[in-house]
Amino acid sequence: MGNKQTIFTDEQLDAYQDCTFFTRKEILRLHGRYHELAPHLVPMDYTNNPDVKLPSALIVNMPELKENPFRNRIVESFSEDGLGNLSFNDFVDMFSVLSETAPKELKAIYAFKIYDFNTDNFICKEDLEKTLNKLTREELTPEEVNLVCEKAIEETDMDGDNKLSYDDFENMISRAPDFLR
Amino acid sequence: MPRKKSDIIVKMEDVGMEVDGSVTSDSEENAGRKSRRNPKPKSSPAAGRNNQTAASRTRRKAGEEEEEEEEEAPRKAKVSKRKAAKQHDSDEESEEDRRSRAENRNAASKRQKEEKNKKDKENVNGRAEESGKENGKKSKRRTKDGSSSSEESDAESVSEEEMARLKEEVEEKKKLISTLRNKPWRMRRRLQCLKDAQQFVEKFEGALGKGKGRKLYAFKVMITKKWIKFNRDFENFKTACIPWERKIKEVESHFGSSVASYFLFLRWMYGMNLVLFGFVFGLIVIPEVLMGLPYGSIPRKTVPRGEQAKAMDFSVLFEFGGYCKYSFLFYGYYNNQRTIGPLQFRLPLSYLLVGVGSFGYSLMVVIRTMAKNSNEGGDGAEEGEFTFAWKMFTSWDYLIGNSETADNKFASITTSFKESIVDEQENQKDENVHLRRFLRVLANFLILCSLGGSGYLIYYVVKRSQTFANMEEEELTWFEKNEVEFVMSLLGLVCPPLFETIAELEEYHPRIALKWQLGRIFALFLGNLYTFLFALFDEVNAKLEREKDIKNATIWAMKEHYSNFSEFNISLDATMPPTLDPADVLRGPCWETAVGIEFVKLTVSDIQVTYLMILLGDFLRALTVRFLNYCWCWDLEAGFPSYAEFDISGNVLGLIFNQGMIWMGAFYAPGLVGLNVLRLLTSMYFQCWAVMSCNVPHERVFKASKSNNFYMGLLLLILFLSLLPVVYTIMTLPPSFDCGPFSGKQKMYDVITETIEKDLPAFLATLFTYAANPGLIIPAVLLMVLAIYYLNSVSKAYQRANAELRKKMQMQRDEEKNRRNNKDSTNQVMKDLEDLMPKKSPLSTSGKDAEVRSEPDKSAKVSQKPGSVATGRGVNLQKDVSLATANPRVAVSCPRGPGPLPGSTPLQASPARRGRGRVHAPRR
Repeated sequence: MGNKQTIFTDEQLDAYQDCTFFTRKEILRLHGRYHELAPHLVPMDYTNNPDVKLPSALIVNMPELKENPFRNRIVESFSEDGLGNLSFNDFVDMFSVLSETAPKELKAIYAFKIYDFNTDNFICKEDLEKTLNKLTREELTPEEVNLVCEKAIEETDMDGDNKLSYDDFENMISRAPDFLR
Repeated sequence: MPRKKSDIIVKMEDVGMEVDGSVTSDSEENAGRKSRRNPKPKSSPAAGRNNQTAASRTRRKAGEEEEEEEEEAPRKAKVSKRKAAKQHDSDEESEEDRRSRAENRNAASKRQKEEKNKKDKENVNGRAEESGKENGKKSKRRTKDGSSSSEESDAESVSEEEMARLKEEVEEKKKLISTLRNKPWRMRRRLQCLKDAQQFVEKFEGALGKGKGRKLYAFKVMITKKWIKFNRDFENFKTACIPWERKIKEVESHFGSSVASYFLFLRWMYGMNLVLFGFVFGLIVIPEVLMGLPYGSIPRKTVPRGEQAKAMDFSVLFEFGGYCKYSFLFYGYYNNQRTIGPLQFRLPLSYLLVGVGSFGYSLMVVIRTMAKNSNEGGDGAEEGEFTFAWKMFTSWDYLIGNSETADNKFASITTSFKESIVDEQENQKDENVHLRRFLRVLANFLILCSLGGSGYLIYYVVKRSQTFANMEEEELTWFEKNEVEFVMSLLGLVCPPLFETIAELEEYHPRIALKWQLGRIFALFLGNLYTFLFALFDEVNAKLEREKDIKNATIWAMKEHYSNFSEFNISLDATMPPTLDPADVLRGPCWETAVGIEFVKLTVSDIQVTYLMILLGDFLRALTVRFLNYCWCWDLEAGFPSYAEFDISGNVLGLIFNQGMIWMGAFYAPGLVGLNVLRLLTSMYFQCWAVMSCNVPHERVFKASKSNNFYMGLLLLILFLSLLPVVYTIMTLPPSFDCGPFSGKQKMYDVITETIEKDLPAFLATLFTYAANPGLIIPAVLLMVLAIYYLNSVSKAYQRANAELRKKMQMQRDEEKNRRNNKDSTNQVMKDLEDLMPKKSPLSTSGKDAEVRSEPDKSAKVSQKPGSVATGRGVNLQKDVSLATANPRVAVSCPRGPGPLPGSTPLQASPARRGRGRVHAPRR
């Protein structure tokens, strides 16, 4: 029968719509995608909020993320346990933030989290090096990497502690012409 | 009587407690949720799972569990607890809301009754206050009810204050609900927050307003709710109506956002053309077909005798001659009757207005879209300030989902990094700059040459075609007849790749190169188009000359016809001469239809060339490369021919020019808009298919980034340029005397003056004459110029102020940073960030949780320890939670009466304190 009714109750759908940038249909489609990833794990009936988490290995292989150099970081920063296991809520959350309609400020916050590899709330030089290596598939020489990272910190860091706080990052990213995803 | 009163009191108490109880329970839940959130027992997967389950259940299910928890906690507020439990049992939000509202209303009516009996009222009052003390805390409603009857004025002021506060709270909650999606919180917290806020709103919304105002308020609330619901449904419907969303996303994931931007543009164009199509067909074509004279009734609607033999031949129809020429697709078919049909539809007027209105609409849409696009972009900082940081954080295109594209992207990022490293290290060699400058100048020179050449070629061809037009049809070959279209298409094919080759000399970044390329091809097409137009105007003028002769000739022929008739048929009793068959009437060349046919032909040939190019250039090439590769001496896929790339600039410009053609031609050929809609529809599917099946991603994948506005700018330019000739013809050229809706008039716009004179009241006509007076128009124009000047200077001033402020902000920021040395973060965003940190299962917290569960009696003391001892992070978390979710409610529950407030305490901080608050309140 109409699977619309059986996956979520109307209240749930309304709540999701209030909390994300998605429409009803998109939420249902997201659930479909989530279900596809592990049909034996994810139930079709979400009306009583079953506790299901998918491991990051599954999520990372979605075509949307497969090619992304930061896929593991994305999934980790959206999962509640920090290991990359996503519940459906986290899953929706992730795509909501990554969607076109999400405002820049929100994206900036999550982008900061994504680039913050060691989760110390600062982007330090190691984080930058990792970012760079992921972006270029480690085709730059260590000296080049070092130079680029130093330059980036020099450009962006305003309080002189040699790492980027969120304020630095936000200041930089909000002026970037390309930061639209 | 007294008995009844006590009944009432009981009821009232019920009501009061009901509300309070639910409030407290609500906040408890809130706290409870926090208690479940804050201790993060993630030491073992099993525990984590347990926790997870508990948290993620719906409230209805969790109700029992929560009740248990509450029982465990030492609290003596039996009444409120009972109510809370009751509350949990029937947790359905809407139901509860309805019920509480109904009870409110009940109480209100009861109160009115009370007011009739003063004695009892006092009694009531006393008891109400007593019970208020007894309970010690809550029941604002009840106090309000009680006092309102005895001390009307006093209560009024108090309750009004409260009401204002309540209202404020409700508004705040509502605001929270609407901005919830922008909060960087975990989804579960967001959901919970939403639920709390919604409940709060529902509960107090109904209670707000009293007496007469209440109903109105409730009604208002209901209406806003319905409105929100409607809006949401409408949003859903709207997104469901946007076509090809998934198709475009697919392309996007394979080719990056630059290719997708073309398809987005195509879709946008389709939408705009659909509206134009609606105008033209709804207001011109359909009225004419339904209510106008049928085919064959008058000369302009009939194929002339000489052409009738060939009128159905495919070759003729394909060139839009024969029956096509004399159909509603073209200007000439329309009659100049002032009104048609029983509805007195003023077709000529509507024709003119639609012609002008479609331009107005297009202008509006284009400009609005441009304004919207330009708002979205960031406030670009000075170039070069953050080169490396930007490259590092924003160069990845998050939409890429195809491995090949991703490879290209990786490569291009690496090269761009290397480039900027080299730039940084050497700060650019001087020789390089000179060489590059020279190459760029050379490239521009070459391109200018080829532009001039193509312009001359077109001029030459059009001139030649005019001499051909004077020759006999039979003497001309097919090539000679279609020379103009052929040459124009050929130029459109050859020049863009040529420009691209030349542009490689310049070594621009591909995004900049794309813009240059677009600009150059645009110039080429524009030159071609305008040469074509001027040639067309020559032709039109020639036709106008001929038309004068023919007009005289027709009049003469008419006279002759009549005189012949009267000469030969004197004996007959017919008073009227037999009307000439419409097919035999001598008629003018009708230059408007001719122009319309030219545009339609141009559009059709454009479609043919585009589709053929896709089939031959892309599909066939892909096929040969794919299959010949098995038996070829070098690798075709990697080597010379390889697969085609999607040509963004060419396609975008093709689309833009096609649109320009439509705008120009639509006035003379209303059918052109329909044709264009069909074309866009098919090309959407066709090109999507072609891109996905036979193109490869660009070698240097780059992001689109605002070039959409560049397309729009080109479109605006083309719109303006196509507006000029049409308006020129409308304002200056005399319309043909025997075809089209304006025949018989000196100028086309005479239709409007005619309507003003005949259909509008006289004073309006005089008003128009005044308005058209140059004495009024010139000041108006002056005023507009002044306004533009003023607005321009104002915007400049704003810009300056903006820059100044930005500088100040930067300074302040630096200062502040240096001062506070980055130790504790008072910033809300930082806290949210911290809240988002993955939970690193500290054992102590899970232990705390266990304690809370196992030793309910001590929980107050024990659980406070971990709360206070916990790491800085934990404290931050708790503060954050309480700030974000519960803050508003503190303010609400404050005025609730004397003594400790259970409504406020649990919300202020950690779960431990919640227990204490509950203990204190009822006891003392």
